[in-house]
Amino acid sequence: MSLELAAAAAVVLAFTTMVLLFAGAPPLETFRQIVQGSLGSWIKLTYVIKVWIPLTLASCGLLYTFRIGLWNIGVEGQVMAGAVLTTFILRSGVESGHPGLVLFAGLLAGIAGGAFWAILAGYLKTRGGVHEIFAGLGLNFVAQGMVLWLIFGPWKQPGIASMSGTETFPDALWLPYIEHLRISPAGIGMALLAVVLTAAMLRYTRFGLYLKAIGSNEKAAFFFGLRPRTTMILAMICAGGFAGLAGGFQVAGVYHRLIPAISSGYGYLALLVVLLSNFNVWVTPLVAFFFAALNVGSIQLPMALQLDSSLSGVIQGTLVLAALAVHALRTRIRRAS
Amino acid sequence: MAIELSGISRHFGPVRANDGIDLKVRPGTIHGILGENGAGKSTLMKILAGFIRKSGGAILMDGREVSYANPAGATALGIGMLYQDPLDFPPMSVMDNFMAGQVTGMRLRKDTFRKRFSLLCESLGFSLNPDTPVARLTVGERQQLELLRLLSSGARVLILDEPTTGISGVQKEVLFTALRKLAHEDRSVILVSHKLEDVEALCDEITVLREGRVAGRMEKPFDTALLLAMMFGSEPAPAPRAGRTAGAEVLHLEGVSAPGGRTGLKDCTAGFRRGEIVGLAGLEGSGQDVLLRVASGLVRPVRGRVSVDGRDMTGRGYHAFRKAGVAFQPAARIEEGLIRGLTIAEHCAIRERGKSFLVQWGSAEKSARERIERFQVAGRPHSPVESLSGGNQQRLLLSFLPLEPELLLLENPTRGLDIESVHWVWDHLSAFAAQGTAVVFSSPELDEILMVSDRVLVFFDGRLIKDERPEETDALELGRAIAGKV
Repeated sequence: MSLELAAAAAVVLAFTTMVLLFAGAPPLETFRQIVQGSLGSWIKLTYVIKVWIPLTLASCGLLYTFRIGLWNIGVEGQVMAGAVLTTFILRSGVESGHPGLVLFAGLLAGIAGGAFWAILAGYLKTRGGVHEIFAGLGLNFVAQGMVLWLIFGPWKQPGIASMSGTETFPDALWLPYIEHLRISPAGIGMALLAVVLTAAMLRYTRFGLYLKAIGSNEKAAFFFGLRPRTTMILAMICAGGFAGLAGGFQVAGVYHRLIPAISSGYGYLALLVVLLSNFNVWVTPLVAFFFAALNVGSIQLPMALQLDSSLSGVIQGTLVLAALAVHALRTRIRRAS
Repeated sequence: MAIELSGISRHFGPVRANDGIDLKVRPGTIHGILGENGAGKSTLMKILAGFIRKSGGAILMDGREVSYANPAGATALGIGMLYQDPLDFPPMSVMDNFMAGQVTGMRLRKDTFRKRFSLLCESLGFSLNPDTPVARLTVGERQQLELLRLLSSGARVLILDEPTTGISGVQKEVLFTALRKLAHEDRSVILVSHKLEDVEALCDEITVLREGRVAGRMEKPFDTALLLAMMFGSEPAPAPRAGRTAGAEVLHLEGVSAPGGRTGLKDCTAGFRRGEIVGLAGLEGSGQDVLLRVASGLVRPVRGRVSVDGRDMTGRGYHAFRKAGVAFQPAARIEEGLIRGLTIAEHCAIRERGKSFLVQWGSAEKSARERIERFQVAGRPHSPVESLSGGNQQRLLLSFLPLEPELLLLENPTRGLDIESVHWVWDHLSAFAAQGTAVVFSSPELDEILMVSDRVLVFFDGRLIKDERPEETDALELGRAIAGKV
């Protein structure tokens, strides 16, 4: 496993260097900038953690759907749906006088929103016979449209609607954070809890075993008396719930309002995280951290080197492809010997 | 084409599936490979077909050593294998499956292939509709299609792994005639089987494998007792049929019509009683398998009524039938029966699901050990099920049947098993009948049906055309009924 990762990293390094040389940028300097920009100071590390939290949450959710053999690409829309419901509750609770309660309810609503969005895809799959990739992709567009409509319509800022999002919530409705570091202990707690909970669910519960059984042979699992369709819906609820919580965190803990790019592509990124982790729940938070660092580290590339920050996307994408290729190659070599 | 295998070995970890096997197949002959399950037959043939790689040894064709790394390499050399579980594309039509791998160039040339298909079909006496999706065929029909495709792609060496499994006696005769013709045209045919009578009837020479080595060879005429001794060390005794008395009716079908198989099930009325073993005979896909699936709630009838223990169950689903005490076991073990990738212990945990939130891993492992011991499964609680041989998979599946079901429905329960395993399975199933379970099974083997059943139902073209006690009939009469002559 570690050897595979090292080999994949080498491939990625070589490929990225080539891309950089082609773009006329100094490779060493670029890599230094990325490391500096993500791990160079405590403040930068807190930015990374802020990305790590929703990414880890969404990745944990995907472990359930991957285990039962579903490609929940709708996770992106589930993040947005969660963000929308959290925003709704926080907006309604601005003047309630119980900010703690409102925040808690808001995050719960986020879970519910993501789960609901996932159930839609789940039903389209199990009842309508629509492949979950198409159902999820379609619902992603619907969710994005809904977010934009809310920002420019019913929830627009007083005066003029703007791409900068809805009105910012009062401080009391911000997820509590440590003053100078701007990181939220509650957020870190949620992400760590999600990892431990997911690991326990998959390893020790009957539900986890059923996910694996149905994912491995749906027909035989059915003959054994399991209910594949119901279990698939439950797996989707878990995935959507975690994704929705990630969206809720984006609203309550990062942006303090609803913005058009509220999901920040973390849903799609989480798919890559889980693939690269080889579906291992304990590796997932580490890969998520690495990806978060790449994302944050490449933010300053445009300013420092006139490079586009999408370089982090290139690195993440090639890393997953290289890891899959190296894994396949090793399996083949092992089989041959 | 002469084939010579010299010192072939294949190790899976510490297991020596093949251990220095020598085999010579003379051109123009049919060579039988006999051996019980786990003797190494399938491994040897998969090596020859390029499906798995050998650990040592050499393969010679017409005296020249050849080497290839995959099935495509073997196909290019003219080696074609008919696998026991058909390798085809279920969503595609028969015709498209037939053409797959044969079409070269840009044009599909459908008409050419259609002509070739119908010619081949005719010469072998198969009746396959080229436009049916393969998913709707039965295992036997899919094997026929695979065979046609192999022949059409010009295989000079034909390997058949248990080809008579799942096809009727009539079709078997047709197949054998075809194989003799093919051998006559200087092809080499290798027949892998555990069925003595088939191998004896067809082959010119037999090699017997046992525990990964060659246990002996024999040329025509064969000495059955000697062959059995080579296979098993000693001759196994047939399973005795206990005198049973049937009790109250458990399952009743009234005028049931349902889709499935080649013909569906048409207007079937039948009753099945406690403590009775009923064998369903008929050409593959003549309605008997539909009956089993209707009786287990997997297929809903379009007409008629189904009742279990006097309760109307028409239109209810599989889970409702399960609750009512109906157990069903499919023929395709690793495709439908067991969950590839899961261990024996994990299967036990699923089978004995309680109400607890957590999996009781301790009791699952304990139950796995008990089943392994009681059902003589060669494996450990943490063995993945796909690592078990066919016979062991079947024993494991049987161990998952409920202890006291009202009704046991089995699709070809001894498919691909050797004689010893067949006896073991029937000893076990008879015990179910003795405690009052109604056992209903389908089988393409008339001998098996006559040996174990208290009643035989014969299906033809979707209709139940004969309901007889085995004492009052014989294989000849049943064979005629299967062919539609009552």
